[in-house]
Amino acid sequence: MDLNAILMLLRPELTLAIGAMFALMLGAFAGERAAGWVSLICAVVLGLAAVFAATGPLGAAFGGAFTADRLSVFAKVVLFLAAMAAVSLGHGWQHRGGRPRFEYPVLIVLSTLGMSIMVSAGDLISLYMGLELSSLALYVLAAFNRDDAKASEAGLKYFVLGALSSGILLYGASLLYGFAGSMRFVDLAVAVQGGADPAVLFGLVFVIAGMIFKVSAAPFHMWTPDVYEGAPTPSVAFFASASKMAALVLIARVLLGPFADAAEQWRQVVVLVAMLSFAVGALGGLRQRNIKRLLAYSSIANMGYALLAVAAGGTIGLKAVLVFTTLYVIDSIGFFACLLALSRRGNPIETIDDLAGLWKVKPGFAIALTILSLSVLGMPPLAGFWAKVFVFGAAVTSGLWVFAAIGLVASVIAAFYYLRIVKVMWFDAPVGEADRSPRDARWLAMACAAFSFPLVLLALGLLDGRAAWAAQSLGLG
Amino acid sequence: MTIGLGHYLTVAAILFTIGVFGIFVNRKNIIVILMSIEMILLAVNINFVAFSAFLGDVAGQIMAMFVLTVAAAEAAVGLAILVTFFRNRGGIAVDSADLMKG
Repeated sequence: MDLNAILMLLRPELTLAIGAMFALMLGAFAGERAAGWVSLICAVVLGLAAVFAATGPLGAAFGGAFTADRLSVFAKVVLFLAAMAAVSLGHGWQHRGGRPRFEYPVLIVLSTLGMSIMVSAGDLISLYMGLELSSLALYVLAAFNRDDAKASEAGLKYFVLGALSSGILLYGASLLYGFAGSMRFVDLAVAVQGGADPAVLFGLVFVIAGMIFKVSAAPFHMWTPDVYEGAPTPSVAFFASASKMAALVLIARVLLGPFADAAEQWRQVVVLVAMLSFAVGALGGLRQRNIKRLLAYSSIANMGYALLAVAAGGTIGLKAVLVFTTLYVIDSIGFFACLLALSRRGNPIETIDDLAGLWKVKPGFAIALTILSLSVLGMPPLAGFWAKVFVFGAAVTSGLWVFAAIGLVASVIAAFYYLRIVKVMWFDAPVGEADRSPRDARWLAMACAAFSFPLVLLALGLLDGRAAWAAQSLGLG
Repeated sequence: MTIGLGHYLTVAAILFTIGVFGIFVNRKNIIVILMSIEMILLAVNINFVAFSAFLGDVAGQIMAMFVLTVAAAEAAVGLAILVTFFRNRGGIAVDSADLMKG
């Protein structure tokens, strides 16, 4: 493969890398007053990368270390669009906060570059490097409000536990390398044909544990509520959408790719993690009053569904993962955009009680938040319902129907806290006027809510078709 | 006695375990946690280099180089976050990271 073909294959990543460097230089020389321009450049670069990813050639480069296949194309387009949303939310948020800093959008682009490498990983080296590039930028994004004690605590907790999980993943990777004899996924697939050795399986469990941490599924969820509460809301929107999606696609790529033959051996681990996530997400959310903490528990439960789809395996499971995460990404961006748009006398709305009587003060947001809550809850015919239909369909097809039933019970328990948000907004007495909401966050919140219902009914066919197209790329049955 | 692969793996496993315990058992200072993370990464490097020599495959040593680089970047980011934490809270005791619970 000549250099030209490799560069064409890497076009989305090169666009992000060069764009981020350019934006950084502009910010470094022009100073803080260029912050708006840097945000604009970063958004354009992400959009350009999405176009390149969607139209670029497919293939593998660097001896298989980097693969651009249908799965990575699908994931990259969603990731880049989610990152664009985060850049625009971050720009508005910084602008309102007084002195905007130009590093914020650049960090989002660098993190997205890492995620893009993650979803294209073809060996353990690119897996680890992509994961670290995305994580290191995310730690800084969590602690970005450097004068805020909560934000720096959130960043510190995220950093310590994130570094530990990378260490665990890396230890697993070293065992996989040693006992399977290669870094490359194609060689690993040959080594585990007909079932993995105990030593390889031992390494795989470490790798799974490291990746489970990144998607914040139980039992590695302990950082999530604190980070969600303390970190700036646009950063949390980015953690909850793009970073979850990238890590889930990576899990699917590793487990359903090279380790598809050892499925019987790792399935019980992933199913156990999914069950624990259901329990923690549904029960932990019940006593939360802070909306961001509540959404953290909601995301833990939702990652349980996505992991159940991974455990189901096969093309149908992979398709369910893609549809579920895409719809979840839209729901969570909408939720956090609502939180960014709502404030009272300059203080952001933080607890559920602050939402009391919202429909009298801000009827548009009350409707949007109701749609988003019901969607994450899984009420038909909203977006979240269809996401769960795909997951349960995959789980039942591969004989995991008992676990699908447990998931259903968990979503009934979790319904309590979503319905409480709805009840507080529509039936409680208002606690005061809300400020004028900023245009960018309002626009994004309304767009995501409108997508969750009713636009999803129109888009579902297209999404289903694209996900089915992407899911064929691993050559599963 | 000849030193074989098993010895290297044992040393690495012991270092890795000490590192993990260092994070969870230590209740005093966050700097100690950063040192523990560094120890975990170095334990992994011993594994990679030992396997690389044993398999006669160079990829493990390349990975060790990457891990060293990432460890440096990670320490830089970690210390930077720790500095902001210190400025806000006036200390770096593990127990002082208690604003958020539940």
